[in-house]
Amino acid sequence: MNVLEGLYYTTEHEWLKVEGETAYVGITDFAQHALGDVAYIELPEVGETFAAGEVFGVIESVKAASDLCMPVSGTVTERNAATEEDPSLINRDAFENHLIAITLQDAGEIDRLMDAATYRALIAEEGGA
Amino acid sequence: MSVYIPNTRTDREKMLARIGVGTLDALYRDIPAEIRLTDALNLGAPLSEAELGREIASLAEKNADAARAVCFLGAGAYDRLIPSAIKHMVSRSEFYTAYTPYQPEISQGTLQAIFEFQTMISSLTGMDAANASMYDGASACAEAVLMAVRHTKRRRVLVAETVHPETREVIRTYARFNGIEIAEIPEEGGLIDSRSLSALLSEDTAGLVVQTPNFFGLIEDLSEIEPLTHERGALLIASVADPLSLAILESPGRQGADIAVGEGQSFGMGLQFGGPYLGFMAVKAPLIRKLPGRIVGQTSDIEGKRAFVLTLQAREQHIRREKATSNICSNQGLNALIATIYLTLLGKNGLREAATHSFEKAHYLKHKLVEAGMRPLFDAPFFDEFAVELTADAREVNGRLMRNGVLGGYPLADVLPEAKYPGRARAMLLCVTEKRTKEEMDRLAVLLSEACVEAASSERRER
Amino acid sequence: MNTNYDKLIFEISSDEKQGYALPPLDVGRSSDVDAIPAHLLRSDAPVLPQVSEPEAVRHFTCLSQKNYGVDGGFYPLGSCTMKYNPKIDEDVAALPAFAGLHPYLPQNAAQGALQLMYELDQMLSEITGMAKFSLQPAAGAHGELTGLMIFKAYHAGRGDEKRKKIIVPDSSHGTNPASAAEAGFEVVQIASAADGTVDLDALAAALDDTTAGLMLTNPNTLGLFETNILRISEMVHGAGGLLYYDGANMNAIMGAARPGDMGFDVIHLNMHKTFATPHGGGGPGAGPIGVARKLVGFLPRPTVRKDPDGYRLDAGDGQSIGRVKGFYGNFGVLVRAYCYIKTMGAEGLREASRVAVLNANYLKESLKGQYKLPYDRVCMHEFVFDGLAGGDPQVRTLDVAKRLIDLGYHPPTTYFPLIVPNALMIEPTETESLATLDDFVGAMTRIADEASGDPAVLSAAPHNTPVRRVDELKAARTPVLKWQAKE
Repeated sequence: MNVLEGLYYTTEHEWLKVEGETAYVGITDFAQHALGDVAYIELPEVGETFAAGEVFGVIESVKAASDLCMPVSGTVTERNAATEEDPSLINRDAFENHLIAITLQDAGEIDRLMDAATYRALIAEEGGA
Repeated sequence: MSVYIPNTRTDREKMLARIGVGTLDALYRDIPAEIRLTDALNLGAPLSEAELGREIASLAEKNADAARAVCFLGAGAYDRLIPSAIKHMVSRSEFYTAYTPYQPEISQGTLQAIFEFQTMISSLTGMDAANASMYDGASACAEAVLMAVRHTKRRRVLVAETVHPETREVIRTYARFNGIEIAEIPEEGGLIDSRSLSALLSEDTAGLVVQTPNFFGLIEDLSEIEPLTHERGALLIASVADPLSLAILESPGRQGADIAVGEGQSFGMGLQFGGPYLGFMAVKAPLIRKLPGRIVGQTSDIEGKRAFVLTLQAREQHIRREKATSNICSNQGLNALIATIYLTLLGKNGLREAATHSFEKAHYLKHKLVEAGMRPLFDAPFFDEFAVELTADAREVNGRLMRNGVLGGYPLADVLPEAKYPGRARAMLLCVTEKRTKEEMDRLAVLLSEACVEAASSERRER
Repeated sequence: MNTNYDKLIFEISSDEKQGYALPPLDVGRSSDVDAIPAHLLRSDAPVLPQVSEPEAVRHFTCLSQKNYGVDGGFYPLGSCTMKYNPKIDEDVAALPAFAGLHPYLPQNAAQGALQLMYELDQMLSEITGMAKFSLQPAAGAHGELTGLMIFKAYHAGRGDEKRKKIIVPDSSHGTNPASAAEAGFEVVQIASAADGTVDLDALAAALDDTTAGLMLTNPNTLGLFETNILRISEMVHGAGGLLYYDGANMNAIMGAARPGDMGFDVIHLNMHKTFATPHGGGGPGAGPIGVARKLVGFLPRPTVRKDPDGYRLDAGDGQSIGRVKGFYGNFGVLVRAYCYIKTMGAEGLREASRVAVLNANYLKESLKGQYKLPYDRVCMHEFVFDGLAGGDPQVRTLDVAKRLIDLGYHPPTTYFPLIVPNALMIEPTETESLATLDDFVGAMTRIADEASGDPAVLSAAPHNTPVRRVDELKAARTPVLKWQAKE
């Protein structure tokens, strides 16, 4: 299972990539594997604001569904509509295809997320690696 | 031994030996002794078919007159013509002894029929998609209210007073336990009062429920209500208590409704003392993934052949558990099949004809009763039900009609407020379907006049 | 028989045809329709077919032949109790004196129907040890929702507004948490113990003064009787909560034990499971709920009561949660259940449960070498395998299920309960003969052998069905939910 260095991770299997004030949010390769072929993705509107941990969307396969949770608080600046139109992008490369971009509200929240090594240990425990 | 259980005593001995226990009782050893039943249940001895037949005959006899009576009662359950072929098709055990179509390879019959049903309901209601059915019209409407609340994230729903009283009651029950506030919009002249509606609509309104034709049989003008509702960002929920009306009346979808729900009993189902009937629900495209319950979609099999399958299942309870769009699991599958066969046999021309006949006959009766001195309660256009004020107590009159083999209309005394309708005890909602004949209506007119006179004179005597 | 028939009804439609003739209109056409504003009249023709009666009959007959029903073969679908549906029950429900009754008849003209409902309530109360039943809920999940509304109303009635949580085991049916949410509760899921039953420590940890109740299936979805049920009942009630019985598995214990005696406060029964009414390809069912004495007043209105002068609909005294459905329930289904109980009697119902349990244990013992049995103990009316014990590791539970179709069986319930990853949940019911069970053992054995010797035949199964494995992903990604005429 692929885990990229330099990203931050949540226990709910989202990743966060920080570029200055902006951050990108997606789901991990592990999550993509667990779900199976993604059938449907529902993303929030640009301008919506969510607190850390809040549900901002939904991702579904044929036999499973999962809420998408915000790794940190922020306001949506971009929704990656390509993933909504072709959800298989997530199966092809979960790290290449982010779901939303946000402006960070509190950069301090990032410290609460996992780094790649910690996340790798977590998914090994969940039986994924 | 029950005739429904094939295993013999000898079989059971062999099976116990394979399991390695001496007695059947040993298989119940996990049940604590304190709660193990020692006495037989008090249910009586098993009955043979012949004995059951005798007991049933005595029960049936007590309903027989009512079942034979010529029916002018509607109010949400309609006595319509039912093509004979329907019962032969739904009596095929491949349909009625099958489970929910979880295994598509051996359920294409049920799945395709539901797909056809969804097509018919979507088109009749003018919506983009329909689900595979709901329990009944009232609970479908309550589910639509929950859906509007979830979709808009608002917690207040307006319900027209002209919606069927039982539907309103079911909505209130569902709403109460979800902290949803329900406000009723008063009627004016038997129709939703659009001035009150404007006043009650606000930025926290999740949706508005309107029934058309409404409980009094009157045709509500959704196109007038729609802009008011949508201006406030609320959803318009149209409840169709008798979808036969859709053959001649404009569809809720074309009038701007977001959700159409209703009761499909008119489509080939008998009266059955209130059930099983058929709830249906159809929505505009943005709400498809918010639909409760089962939905069938078209796809293909590994050889590229067209196939049907339960789809969008990630909405449902068996996958999403407490986050599901609804808890509904079993629905009214066989009733959806009945409706599909009914709509197939009648077709678009036959359905229009049945609706037109109902309309014309109901209007014939209304004119007849007006000529006989009875007063229509409302002036607005109606489909095939109308309210009249008699010259005597409606329940009293119904008793007399029943003795003459006629089932009279729905007494409106408990539905209308007394202050506004001082004559409400004399008000009755009559229904005329395509099944009624001119002769039956002429006889009703005579019986009603006589019954009114008799009832009035006995009332005078009592005074 | 033509299982290759592949037309939709709309594709055989022709505008000149008609499948049903109405009698001629015997009143003159009025001008009343002109009084309706034009914008309220239908502006487009609905998409409905025009076919003759024989074409319609052939269409639906061909469709039926692509279905598998319990009249045609063994249907060991766990938790669904696919037992035989007696034919006399169909005949009785179709009698005009029941099928032709308007729900708003004056009550004295419908005494037979009301009496039947009253007696069914009494019989169900006797079978389950509850005080009174409401026959209104239309299905099991509807019964759950209604029961949980009663929980809420009961706590609210005592002024105890903080009980917002419903506890469910992780082995529960999906409807349990979904119903709890729909009744406005929060759901707390607790993990099962290693032996598959409720973990008493986990329960104790979850219980507090915010607990409204616990929902339990007993026997549970693994087919195991909750041996600690009396302790569980004590704990839940001790914490001020109520106990809900999901009656999906009632077919195991009729005449052997009663939920009322176990301490359950509200229960639902599935007429379309335990009481032999047909599933109808997904309904109609009926999900009556029974309650303990202290909750009778909360039942949905109306119930049926017996007065000296006859049977009456009773709207209650204002404590009722209200209606959950129009009219009085799926009456036609209730008639069938009434007939079933009458023809079985006390003795027959007890025998049905005992034989259902015997059949399940027989299959379990006959197959447990070839299939993994995660909970190896006496089961009730059903049991769960965790996939194959051996064979090619690529062979999945799904393949076993699909191969059973080739061999003439409806597959068991798969991938449920969720705590058994490769679950095959098998419920034979009392309907099956020893010969059928032995044949099924043969088929399951053959599949286990194929899993080692010829796994490809499994992954490609089924082979001879009207359609082969279908593309569910395509259906979900690009939903086509209705037929549309080609442009």
